[in-house]
Amino acid sequence: MTEIHRSIDVVLVGFGWTGAILAHELTAEGLQVLALERGGWRDTPTDFPTTHAPDELRYYWRHEMFQETAQETQTFRNRRGQTALPIRRWGSYLPGVGVGGAGVHWNGQTFRFLPSDFLARSHNQERYGALPDDMTVQDYPVTYDELEPHFDRFEKLCGICGQAGNLQGDLRPGGNPFEGWRSNEYPNPPMEMTFSQDRFKASARDMGLNPFPAPSANMSRAYTNPLGVRMAPCTYCGFCEKFGCGNYSKASPQTTILPVVMQQSNFRLRTHCDVLHVNKDRDNTRATGVTYIDAHGQLHEQPAQIVILCGYQLSNTRLMMLSGIGEIYDPATGQGQLGRNYTYQVMSGVDVFFDDAFTNEYIGAGALGMVVDDYNGDNFDHSGLGFIGGAYIACWTTHARPIESQPVPEGTPEWGSEWKRALQQNFLRHTSLSVHGASMAHRENYLDLDPTYKDRYGRPLMRMTYDFTANDRRLSEHITPVAAQIARGMGGREIKVNALDAHYDIWPYQTTHNTGGTIMGETPADSVVNRYLQSWELHNLFVMGAGVFPQNAGYNPTATVAALAYWSAHAIRTQYLRAPGPLVQV
Amino acid sequence: MIARVAMGAVVLAAMVQTAGAQDLSWSEVERGRYLAIAANCVSCHTDLDHGGTPWAGGREMETPFGVIITPNITFDAETGIGNWTRDDFWRALHEGRRRDGAHMYPAFPYTHFTRMPREDVDAIYAYLRTIPPVESHHVPEEDLPLPLRVRTAIAAWNALHFDQGVFQPDPERSEQWNRGAYLVKGPGHCGACHTDRNLLGGEREDEFLRGGVLENWHAPNIRGGAHGGIAHWSRHDIVAYLGTGRNEHTAAMTRMGEVVQYSTQHLTDGDLNAIATYLKSLDDTPRDASERPSDAVMQAGEAIYFDNCAACHHADGSGEPDMFARLDGSNKVLSDDATTVIRIILEGAQAVPTDAHPGPLAMPAFDWKLNDDQIADLVSYMRNAWGNTAPAVSPSDVADLRDALAE
Repeated sequence: MTEIHRSIDVVLVGFGWTGAILAHELTAEGLQVLALERGGWRDTPTDFPTTHAPDELRYYWRHEMFQETAQETQTFRNRRGQTALPIRRWGSYLPGVGVGGAGVHWNGQTFRFLPSDFLARSHNQERYGALPDDMTVQDYPVTYDELEPHFDRFEKLCGICGQAGNLQGDLRPGGNPFEGWRSNEYPNPPMEMTFSQDRFKASARDMGLNPFPAPSANMSRAYTNPLGVRMAPCTYCGFCEKFGCGNYSKASPQTTILPVVMQQSNFRLRTHCDVLHVNKDRDNTRATGVTYIDAHGQLHEQPAQIVILCGYQLSNTRLMMLSGIGEIYDPATGQGQLGRNYTYQVMSGVDVFFDDAFTNEYIGAGALGMVVDDYNGDNFDHSGLGFIGGAYIACWTTHARPIESQPVPEGTPEWGSEWKRALQQNFLRHTSLSVHGASMAHRENYLDLDPTYKDRYGRPLMRMTYDFTANDRRLSEHITPVAAQIARGMGGREIKVNALDAHYDIWPYQTTHNTGGTIMGETPADSVVNRYLQSWELHNLFVMGAGVFPQNAGYNPTATVAALAYWSAHAIRTQYLRAPGPLVQV
Repeated sequence: MIARVAMGAVVLAAMVQTAGAQDLSWSEVERGRYLAIAANCVSCHTDLDHGGTPWAGGREMETPFGVIITPNITFDAETGIGNWTRDDFWRALHEGRRRDGAHMYPAFPYTHFTRMPREDVDAIYAYLRTIPPVESHHVPEEDLPLPLRVRTAIAAWNALHFDQGVFQPDPERSEQWNRGAYLVKGPGHCGACHTDRNLLGGEREDEFLRGGVLENWHAPNIRGGAHGGIAHWSRHDIVAYLGTGRNEHTAAMTRMGEVVQYSTQHLTDGDLNAIATYLKSLDDTPRDASERPSDAVMQAGEAIYFDNCAACHHADGSGEPDMFARLDGSNKVLSDDATTVIRIILEGAQAVPTDAHPGPLAMPAFDWKLNDDQIADLVSYMRNAWGNTAPAVSPSDVADLRDALAE
C-alpha cells in the first residue's frame, strides 16, 4: 500500500548541483523543502577520503559513482528505422547517482556560455542568412545579461579560479577577449600551469590566437565561500573526473552548499528514494506531488505545493515522459516538445609527443588548462563555411592515471611488446589538445520512450536517437586542423590527430554533456518550459538542468546550468511565491 | 541532535514563562545560561552518542575510577534535581556533596566548580529551573564498578586533592587576566583534561595545564607563555580556536571539538580574550633535548609522510590555515605522550562544524593502511622534522594503542 505523507512546500527530485542550489535558496525563503535522491548520502570525510579517493579501479573502471545500468538505463540508436538497444555499460557519458550527483565526479571546468550562444538562431540568421530547415536551433528565452549576476553567484559559491577577459566591458590582457562582460573578477587566480600549457600558450600566441587560463573549480588557493564553507588548495593529484575529491579542493555540492543546507531545520533529505512519477491534478494545471519508491520497495506519495525536477537531463526528460506531462516529440510530424532538440557535443583531439621534455601529466587537475576561444561560438566569421557554432581548443592536463592513460603515437600496435615499449617511452612525454565543440539541434536527434525495453518497474526505458550532423562534421573538420597546427607549434617530436568519427558511437567516452529534451522557449509551441524553467503545462512544476538548453554550446555546461538554477530560484522567490501561476503569459 | 540543544535567548524567554517561577529574574537566568555554557554542563549531562535529551544525563564517562553515567539535571522531581534547593545545588558545586550529604565522585568537576562564587552557582540553578523537566532513569548506583560504590573513600581523596574555595583574584594582575583565570580554573574546568593526574586521579598542581591523559587521548599542553605547548599561538589564535573551532594552526576535533561546539564558540569575545590573556601568561620549563631518531627511521617516516600526509599538511608540515593542522610546533605532535597523534592517525578525526565554519572536515583513518612500524616511523619523523624535536615512538606504543582502541 502506498504510504501517503503530509504535504510539504517544495519537493526536489534529485539532489545534485541544482537540487542543492534550490534547497539553499528556498529554505532561505522559509519554505519547508524536501529533497528525494535515488542514490545514497555521500560526503568527503566518509565516502571519498584521501585514503580511498584515488582508486582508479573502483571509481573509473567499476563505475562506483555512476548510475547502475542494471537498475536503470536507456536504449540507443543512431537514426530512425534502426532498432535501439539497451546500454549495458556506460561509455560515451557517465550519469551520476547519489547526493551531489555528477557534481561530485566532474572535472570542474566552469565556463560561462557566450552571449551569442543564447541567440543561436537570431544572431546566426542575421549574420549568415537562413539556417537549414532541419536545424531546429532556437534562441534561449533568457539573455546573457540577465544571467550574469547568477553566473557571478555560482563562481563565488565555487571559488572559480581564472582570469577575467572582459571586466565590465574593459578587455583585460591574459583573459578571454571573447567572453561576455563580467561584473567581477574571478574569486581566485588561475591554477598553476605546467610545461604543456606553457608550450600551448606560446604556440597559440605565435599563431595570433588568444590563449587564456581555463576557469577552474579546482582551487588554486584556499578559499572560503560566501556561505562560510572553506575549501583547500588543489594538490594537482589528477583524480577529479570520475572521482570525488578527498582534499576539499574541487567545488561540489558537498564542498560548497551542503554543510549549510543540511543544518537548516526546514530542510529534509531522503536518500534511496526513486521518484516514479510526478502526480497532477484533474485539470492538468498543477502538480500535486510525486510518487516514489524506497529501498525496501515501499511506495510513497509525497504531496507538495511546488515540484522541482533537479535530476540529470536524461532523468528529468524521462520522468516528464513517464508522468504524461506534455506531448512527446515525433520527428515524423514535428509535433510535441518533450524529447525534442536532444544535443550533445562534438569532440576531437590532437596528441603531442615529446622527445626532449617531460610533461609529467600525473601532475594534473580536472580544470588545469590553457584555452583558446578564437574558434568558439561566433567568435570568427563563418561565412561560406557551411556550419554555425564552434569549439574551444584547450590543452588540459587533467591526469595520467596509470590504467586509463595510455598515450602511444600513430601506428603503434594496440597490444604486445611494441605497444608496451611505446607506452613506456611516451607515458611521461605526452600531452593532448582537445577540441570541444558545440552541437546544434537537428530534427532527427531526439529522445522518446522505447517501444520494447522496460526498467525493473516495468516502465519503458527512454530511447535516444542521435547521430552527428553535417553541421557537426563541418565544424570539426574546420577547427580540428587549427588544433593540429597549435600542436605542431609546441615543439614535440610528432603529433596524432584524433578526428571526429563519421557517426556517433555510444561506446568511447566523449563528454557527459547531454542537453535538451525539456527545452526552454518563448511559447508552449516551441518548448517544454518557459524562461523561468517553469512548465508551460503545470505552473507549479519547474525543471532544472541542461535539459532546458535549446541546443548545446561549445563549452562545458555546469556554470550555465547553475546560473539558470539561480535565475529560476530568483523568479520563484520574487514572483511565483507572491502570485502562484504561470510566470509567462502567452 | 547536537545543534538542537536550545541555547537561544528566544527559546529561553519562552521557557522562563512556562517555568512560571516566582523568583526567577531574567538577568539571573540569562547569566546562568551563559555560565552553564562556559561550564559546558550540557555536554556531559546529555547522552550525545545516542541522541539523548539534552540535560537529561545518561552519558557514559570513562574516568580513572571506572565508567560513570551522568545524572539527569533537569528539574524532574523523581529522576532529576527537582527537589533540590539552591543550597543543595551550591553544596554540590562548592563542596562536591549530594543532597543527602554523601560525597560526589570527582568525575563531576567540583574541584573546579568550587572556584565559582555563590551568585554564579545560584544563576546556573535559576537557569536549570527554566529547562522543561524530563523523566530519565539511569543505571542505579549499585551497578557501578566497585571503587565507585565506596563513597566514604572520597572523603580521604578530597583531603588530598580538593582545595575548596571560591576564586580569589590576584590584585597584581589586570581585570582581564583575572577573568580569564577564573574562567579557566572555575567554570571552564580546563585542567580536568589538560592537567596530568596522579595515580589516585588527582590533578597535579605542578603540572597545571601541561597536558593530561583521558580515555586514550592525551589532551595537550595549553600553556601559552614561554616554552608552553601553545607558546607559538598568538592571543588571536587562541580566540579564533575557541570561538570558531579553527585557527592558523589547527582545527578542533573529537573531545575538544565538543567543547568548542557546545561551549566556547558561544562565549563573548571579551571572555575569549580574557582566557587568551591568562593562558599566554603561563610560562613553562624548556623541553629536555631528545635523541634524534636514526636516519633509517627518518627516511622511512619522510617517505610515508610524503605519500600519505603531505597533500593536506604540506611537505613542510605547515598545514593549511583554518583547515589542516600545522604540524611543525604542534603541541599534539610534540607532546611527551604521543597518544593523541598516534590515535588520530589510526582512527582519523572529525573537526566539528561551528557557526563560523560550517564545513565538515575530517582526517581519514589510516589504521587499515599503515602498520605499527610504519606509523611509528611516521610519528617519529613528524616529531623530528621541520625543527621539531621530541623522542621517537616505538611500534609497541602504536600496537598498544591499537589494541586498547579495539576493545
